[in-house]
Formats: sequence, structure tokens, C-alpha cells
Amino acid sequence: MELLLDSLFNGVAIGSVLLVAALGLAIVFGLMGVINLAHGELMMLGAYTTYVTQLIFKLPLLKPFYNSYIIVSIFLAFIVSGVVGILLEKTIIRKLYGSPLETLLATWGVSLILQQFVRSVPLAYGTGLVISLIIGLFLPSTFPSKIKESINFKYFKFSSWIFAALTGVLTGSLISSSVSKLSRASARNVDVTAPSWMRGQVEIIGTAFPKTRLMIIVITLISVIAITLFLNQSAWGMRIRAVTQNRQMSDCLGISTEKVDIITFGIGSGLAGVAGVAVSLLGSVGPNVGGNYIVGCFMVVVLGGVGNLLGTVLASFGIGIMTDLIGAGRLLSIWPDMPLPLSNTINFFATTSMARVMIFALIVIFLQFKPTGLFPQKGRMVEN
Amino acid sequence: MSLSKIKFDKKIVLSFWIILIALIIAAPTILPVFRLNLLGRYLSLSIVALGVDLIWGYTGLLSLGQGIFFALGGYCAAMYLQITSSSEFPNNIPEFFALYGVEKLPFFWEPFRSPVFTFFAIWIIPAMVAGLIGFLVFRNRIKGVYFSILTQASLLVFFNFFNGQQKLINGTNGLKTDVTQLFGQMVGSESMQRIFFWITAILVIAAWFFAKWVVKGRFGNILIGIRDDEPRVRFTGYNPVIFKTIIFSIAGGLAGISGALYTVQSGIVSPQFMTVPFSIEMVIWVAVGGRGTLLGAILGAVFINYAKSLVSEALPASWMFIQGGLFILVVTALPEGVLGWIQGDGPRNLLQRFGLKRKIETYPSLEVNNKEGNNE
Repeated sequence: MELLLDSLFNGVAIGSVLLVAALGLAIVFGLMGVINLAHGELMMLGAYTTYVTQLIFKLPLLKPFYNSYIIVSIFLAFIVSGVVGILLEKTIIRKLYGSPLETLLATWGVSLILQQFVRSVPLAYGTGLVISLIIGLFLPSTFPSKIKESINFKYFKFSSWIFAALTGVLTGSLISSSVSKLSRASARNVDVTAPSWMRGQVEIIGTAFPKTRLMIIVITLISVIAITLFLNQSAWGMRIRAVTQNRQMSDCLGISTEKVDIITFGIGSGLAGVAGVAVSLLGSVGPNVGGNYIVGCFMVVVLGGVGNLLGTVLASFGIGIMTDLIGAGRLLSIWPDMPLPLSNTINFFATTSMARVMIFALIVIFLQFKPTGLFPQKGRMVEN
Repeated sequence: MSLSKIKFDKKIVLSFWIILIALIIAAPTILPVFRLNLLGRYLSLSIVALGVDLIWGYTGLLSLGQGIFFALGGYCAAMYLQITSSSEFPNNIPEFFALYGVEKLPFFWEPFRSPVFTFFAIWIIPAMVAGLIGFLVFRNRIKGVYFSILTQASLLVFFNFFNGQQKLINGTNGLKTDVTQLFGQMVGSESMQRIFFWITAILVIAAWFFAKWVVKGRFGNILIGIRDDEPRVRFTGYNPVIFKTIIFSIAGGLAGISGALYTVQSGIVSPQFMTVPFSIEMVIWVAVGGRGTLLGAILGAVFINYAKSLVSEALPASWMFIQGGLFILVVTALPEGVLGWIQGDGPRNLLQRFGLKRKIETYPSLEVNNKEGNNE
């Protein structure tokens, strides 16, 4: 029983990281049919946001609130990755609408640039850049409608971008001068240390669980609930679902698909940022941190099917639990006296990398029976 | 493809060939060994690019996993070289096996003692693996981005497998070939490298003709049909699965040959050949050169890799930016690639923009070609 609980917990922990990472990807893919290869790098941005937030909270002014930095960083990571995602949508992805393979290549290019950006630009100035992006993108929309409708709105827009750039440079140099760790570019991995209340373990029914893992499960749970509520209860959620089901028809009925695309992409990217916070709690953060998770996320999306959150949830927990079962060779400890050839096979696959091999094989076998995933979208088109 | 594909003059084509052959013969004497070796490597990469062009440019299947077949070809060649030059090591097996306490050659390496078997294995094994993966995927009508993701995932699976199996294939260290012997000569030696360069050059040309033959005629038409409208091809009575599987395994075979040539010229094969970025890079060579133009794939592979080595020598950090920018630029601004742009309407549109050429009112093929014909 204890063994089973342990295994289940580990599986759920692995699965919840996958889930929070794949959630944004699944929503974007469901809506636009676009695979965002830069999703892993958006996660990385989220992880670095956590790191930067942590260092800033060590400043004397914010020191009393240090323990809450992880909560703050969840929101900040959501905003940072979301804004970068929106920028990506506005500049590149929109142009490639209708050609998913090209989008895939372009987003790979973006991911290369983001990786190298983190390596060769000091994080302080990176933060400044992101701040100026946030201001530049959102300041114009806060103007009163009188200004928005006037002919000179473009000048207002332009001046708000100048203001944004100035603020960015100012905050960048401010951070750079006050936090020495952020003032120099480095390709080395950095570490996020969890605040004291998150260290250690919790005992539930006689088994000890690390608190960081529990925290990740909580983050995932909140993200899933929030996104479900948003999609099912809000007006924009309804529009998103409508566009996912039938883009042309929604367009005809007066839904601004352009806005829906931006919002969805922003939220999907923001969720990647939240996933980045979770990832930063698990290990050190480096420019390549996203690459470790991205293929797992793709598998979740393929397995779960398009446009159904339940599929994504089931797929990620399924993959998580299977990874734990195979990778740790747990079947052997559950059933110790199994025949020799079988136990040899299980031992052969009982490493993390070989478990991946096995799981991929299982997924391919599964796709032979259900090619469109667990919960395919139903329709009568030739192309699905 | 645009309607007006410029047909090059016969004289131009002939002189192009003469220059090309002269360059290939002269290259080993003109270039220093280091550069020659680089050129040879890049030429061998252009064979895998040809395969990518066949499946992506002509059939519309974006595979992000060509590294699998590339590395398989490389491993076949490297293992043969290791086995044939292992006579001085204990048990007559390659040296690295001793490190992991393996005393007998694993059974699946046994056939690689024979050069004939290896010669065929280099391209047939990758082609078979590609055919199997392709068949399983295509059978279920999995296509588009799903196909790309699955190929990428299988790449990662192969990478993990090869990386983790020390006892069978020396794991993450890979197999070295430059100190092995072939026909009594060291593979890494200068004279051998020169021979490999010539072999590569000949094989590139052969692969080019082969690819031309593949995309010509009905078979090629069906491939293009699958790319442009697969359901219509299916409704016309063709089974796209067969054609896609065939072309995918052809591309796999080409990747295998390319990998073997690359391995003997770079001196090592390792799981690094199966990393995700390398396989996507293969796509960008084709995209920049011009997908759907076979020559573009070759030129793209050679030039981008040359640019990469030059830029990385001068400014190591900036290559990632340039490469990322290339991906974005070629996809948004130059979807047909450089050669596709030249062969299509690109230059004429550019001249028109500056008022140097008359604007065309109907189809270019009607107006321009007729007009040029009248002038003669």
C-alpha cells in the first residue's frame, strides 16, 4: 500500500510538471493548429523570472517579504512569458497563419534567439527590455477612448513606446547597479532556492513527501482550475472555444478571431511561464532547461487529443505514472517473483532514458488504435 | 511552384557542369587539407539535405528526425571500421568493449565483419527503419505537425537509446574512425581523406540524379499531389500511404549514406548526430536553398555550413542569433528559398519595383516567354 502510494505520488508529481507545461501548448495547438517550438524557451523565461524575482526580493527594501517571492514570481512569470508570447504572435505567427509547418520552423528560430539572448545579455537588462515591452504593448490600450479614436493616436502610441524604452533602460540599469549577480551575462546555470517554508517534507499517511513537489502539484491544480473556469465561464473563453471548433463560422458571427488568437497565445505562453516557475523548483535553471521538457509536452498533446483539457490532464498523468513505474522498475518490487525473461526486460528499461524509449513505443502503439488521441474532436471534414 | 520556371540554356548548363567537374577535380590541390575536409563534410551533408528536400519540398512531410537515419548510417560504417581494425585488441573486438567487460561481439554486430554487408547496411538499414516508422505513422493518416512531432520524439528516443547503451555501442562516447584502418591505410590520413572527398563528390552528383529521377514522371507528380492536396490524391484512387512510405525510406537511405560519408570524414560518430537541433538544421539548409529545387538543397547545405564555420570561427556567440534569424526570415520573407526565388518571379518582381522591367498583366509564362521568343 505504501509502495503504491509512493509510486502514485511520484507519478503525479512528474505528471503535474508535464501537465502545467503542456497545458498552454495544448490550448494554443487546439486553437490555431500551431506547434510552438519556442514553448520550452518561454518556460525558461519563466524560470529565469523566478530567479530574478528571488534576487530582487533579497534587496533590503523587500527583504521582509522574501518568503513570499515564489508566489509573486508565479504572477510575474505569467506576465513575462505572456508578453513575449503576444509579441511573438503579433510579429511572426500571425503572418504564417494557415501554414503550421512554417510556423514550427519560425518558432524554432525564435527559440534559438531566446536561448542565445539569455546567454549573452545581462539578466538585468533583459528584465528592463521585458518591462519596456509590457509598457509599450499595454499602455496604449489604457488611454481613454477619446484619444484612441483620434487621428493622432499613432503619435500617442509612438510616444508611449519611447516612454516604455526609457523606463526599461532605467529599471535595467537600476537593477544592474543594485544586484551584482544580474549585471553580467553568463551562460552558466543558476539556482533558485525555495523559501524556508517550502523546504523539507510533509508526512501524509505515513509517507514523507517533499514540499516542493507538493507545491508544484498545487500550482498545477490551480492553473488547471483557473483555465477551465476561464474557458467555460467567461465570455472570452466561450469565444476561444467557438474559434477552436470552427474558425470561419465564428468569424462570420462577429467574433474577432484576431483578438482571440492574441489572447489565447498570450495565455498559453503565460502558462509556459508558470510551468517555468515549477521547473525552477526542481533543478538548476539554464538556457537549455526548456528543451528537457518540450518533447514530453508534445507527447502529451498528441496523446491527449486536440481541444479537450481532460485529454491533456489524463495524458500527462498517464505518462507521469508510466514513467515512474517503468523508470524506477517498480513493477519488479510490486511483483517480486516474476519470470526471469520478463524481469530482465524490466531491468533493461529501468532507467530514466530507457523509460522514455519504452513510453514512446507505447504511445506509438496506442496511436495505432486511436490516431487522433484520447479525445479527438468530432467532425465530418475530410481533413481533421 | 510558379508557372514560369526559367528553363536554362543548354550552353549554360553544359558550362556549369564543366566548371563543377573541374572544381571537384581541382579542389584537393587548391584547398588546404583542413578546408578540403570541411568541404567534403558539407558535401556529404548535402546528400541528407536532398532527402529532406524529397520528403519536405516535394511531398510536404516535415521530418524533424532525419538525424536518426544519418546516425544509423554513420554507426554502420564506423562499426565496420572498428571491427576490421581490431585484430590487435583482446578477443579481436573493438577496444572500447573491454572497458565495459564485454568479451564477445554482440550478435547484431557479427555481420558487420563483412565489407559487402556493411556496404548495403549503410543505406538499407536506415531505409528500413525509416520505412517502418513512416508506415506506422502514415497508416493512421497522421500528418502535418503531428508527423513532425512524432519524428522528433522518435529522434529523442533513438538518442536516449544510443546514449545509454555503453555495452553495445560505446554510449555517449561514440565510435572513433580516424585511427582505424581501411585497405591497409589509416582512415584519418591525408590521402584517404582526399579519396573520401572524391567519393563524396561523385555520390552527391549521383544522389542528385537519383533524386531527379525520383521526382520526374508519375511518381513525382503523385508526391507533389500529396503535398498540395492529399485527400484529392486519395479520392483519385491512389493510396498515399505507399508513396509516402517509399519516399520516406528513400530519404532515410540517403541520410544513411550521408551519415557514413560524414562519419569517415569527421572521424567520429556519436549520439550527438541525433540531437534535436541538428535535425532541424537540416531543414533550414533546404529552406534557405529552396525547397522543391534539388540543386537548392545541395547548395543550401554547403553554403550554410560553410557560413556557420566561418561565423563561428570569428564570432562564436552570434551564430545562434544568425541561425535563428535565418529560420524566421526564410519562412516569412523567402518561403521558396533562394533558388526558388531566382527561378520563380523574384528577380523580375524586384526589377519591376525599380521600373526596370515591364509589368506583366497576364500569366508570366504567356507574356515573357512569347516576347523573348519574338525577339530572337
